[in-house]
Amino acid sequence: MNNKKDSYAAKVRAKSIGVMVVLIILAVICILPIWILFVNASRESQDIIDNGISFIPGGHFIANIKETVHLNEIGKITYDAFIGYRNSFFITICATVLTVFFSSLTAYGLVVYDFKASGPAYTIILMVMMVPVQVTSVGFVQFMSDIKLTDTYIPLIVPAIAAPAVVFYMRQYMKSSFPLDIVEAARIDGTGEFRTFLTIGLPMMKPAIGVQAIFAFIANWNNFYTPSMILVSREPKQYTMPMMVQSILSNDKLSDLGVRYTAIMLSILPVMVIYILLSRTIVEGVAEGGVKE
Amino acid sequence: MKSSAQNRIRSISYAKYGYFFILPFFIVYFIFQLYPLFNTFRLSLYGNGNNTGAWVGLENFEILLFGEGNIAVRAQHQAIIKAFGNTLILWFGNFIPQICLSLLLAVWFTDLNLKIKGKTFFKVVMYLPNIVTAASVAALFLMLFSRTEYGPINSLLMGTFGFDEPVNFIRDKWISRGVVMFIQTWMWFGNTMIMLMAAIMGISPSLFEAADIDGANSRQVFTKVTLPLLRPMVVYTMITSMIGGLQMWDIPYLYKEGTNFNEDIKTIAVYIYNHFHSLNPNYGYSAAASVLLFFVTSILGSFCFAMNRDKDAAKRKKQIREAKKRMKQQNKATFGGF
Repeated sequence: MNNKKDSYAAKVRAKSIGVMVVLIILAVICILPIWILFVNASRESQDIIDNGISFIPGGHFIANIKETVHLNEIGKITYDAFIGYRNSFFITICATVLTVFFSSLTAYGLVVYDFKASGPAYTIILMVMMVPVQVTSVGFVQFMSDIKLTDTYIPLIVPAIAAPAVVFYMRQYMKSSFPLDIVEAARIDGTGEFRTFLTIGLPMMKPAIGVQAIFAFIANWNNFYTPSMILVSREPKQYTMPMMVQSILSNDKLSDLGVRYTAIMLSILPVMVIYILLSRTIVEGVAEGGVKE
Repeated sequence: MKSSAQNRIRSISYAKYGYFFILPFFIVYFIFQLYPLFNTFRLSLYGNGNNTGAWVGLENFEILLFGEGNIAVRAQHQAIIKAFGNTLILWFGNFIPQICLSLLLAVWFTDLNLKIKGKTFFKVVMYLPNIVTAASVAALFLMLFSRTEYGPINSLLMGTFGFDEPVNFIRDKWISRGVVMFIQTWMWFGNTMIMLMAAIMGISPSLFEAADIDGANSRQVFTKVTLPLLRPMVVYTMITSMIGGLQMWDIPYLYKEGTNFNEDIKTIAVYIYNHFHSLNPNYGYSAAASVLLFFVTSILGSFCFAMNRDKDAAKRKKQIREAKKRMKQQNKATFGGF
């Protein structure tokens, strides 16, 4: 009997070790390409050509960054980290703020008020969640060029107001943890409806807003399709960071590999920093968004 | 007891505020999403290139779907069939390894018998590739897989593994497809894993306990308990992944040398984009391909939507229906059929 128990424990231990080995290999595969990107961004071009892959950072990090930032002054290369950051941060922050604010507003409207259209409105929101951007993009860009909005940031920012997936999440959150009595209490105190939303609704939705703001920021920063569709004139001054990366890829005059890696590294740096700081919240947020009860 | 103020407030209708609150969403939705969708349908009925603006009816669809006519028309037909084929191949090649790997990992992570240290760390690391800019990922892999002998991977293969000549990772038909499938799997398996884990943890623990007491081994638990209960989630993941796969654009679009596209990884989204953004744009073909994509997506999406509906509400409705039925029968019994 005791023997059997021992063999079972040994079996479990052996399996645990096997599982750990697989997990470690997978974790290495996940990190390695990004690690190599950062390592190569710190090496000299000649070093990368001569020695191939290395896992130890070199000493050229600062030099590479300096050179990358000033790329557009040297040749006629359309990569400028400052302009790219400025544009990307501007679009991303505006779009993120609009997304979380208006999604909270919409979700609040759907949950707090009992009106005829609320059911159908929610159904429509669920349905449009499924329509991919690529499907509407042709008509979207053509319409934008008709009303002279291509080559502006408006089509990249304003549509963020209608984010069905975020509304869906906010509504779920409110349904589970928003006491409706508090709205009534505010009414008795004579607070206006919109004011109630601003001073009571929004603060109570803070946790959900935080998670969705992180996701919206990452999604907007990583968006490469819409900017390349809308900015038709390809004016380098308007490029977002992913577009800067594309322009460096298609430039064959730039032979300095260290600088090329640095250019890519700079484009993912902000999301990497956010991820390192908030990884727990993000991973939990994915799980919450995934459970559809 | 309710105060008079409370009663007064109850009597006021606040419904109109609901409309105000959801109005901005719907205004923006109509202008920036719904009208563009109609506009796409409209453009699909108009001509291409020099002929833009001329009504052609369903000709674009005829050309794309059947391609009967001169060489140019046949080429157009072949291009879109190839693009759809590529999209399917690339999606399939990343979904199968992705779901297998995610399922395995999700089961491991939720298995309480196994002693896994640093679960949170592994989850965080495995989700990491998903948040990195797809365009930058494509750029990075393009440089790592450079086909010259100086490319990092090739120099490794030639130096350490004794390959005679560099492998053409970028232009070779199946190798380039393999790289794209790998990148997609790499980016998405962490996400799928977390979703499946949440679903497994939603399964009542008593079921696992019961299986344990009955002496089921871990394979039996997986095939007889976990998998059947997880099926809706796996189907849901498959459909959302399929919708995502149909949109695959960033990586196939950027994974090329200079401006030469690799025809074997050109997806439907790349087809739409290229026809729209060429010197002589073919709005008609581009829009018609979008419309085809729309129908495929909405068929898939409606499955997903049906599964995603509030199950409790459906159950409640059923209960009410049954209760009514029972009442009728009771009435019949009591009043003898009157």
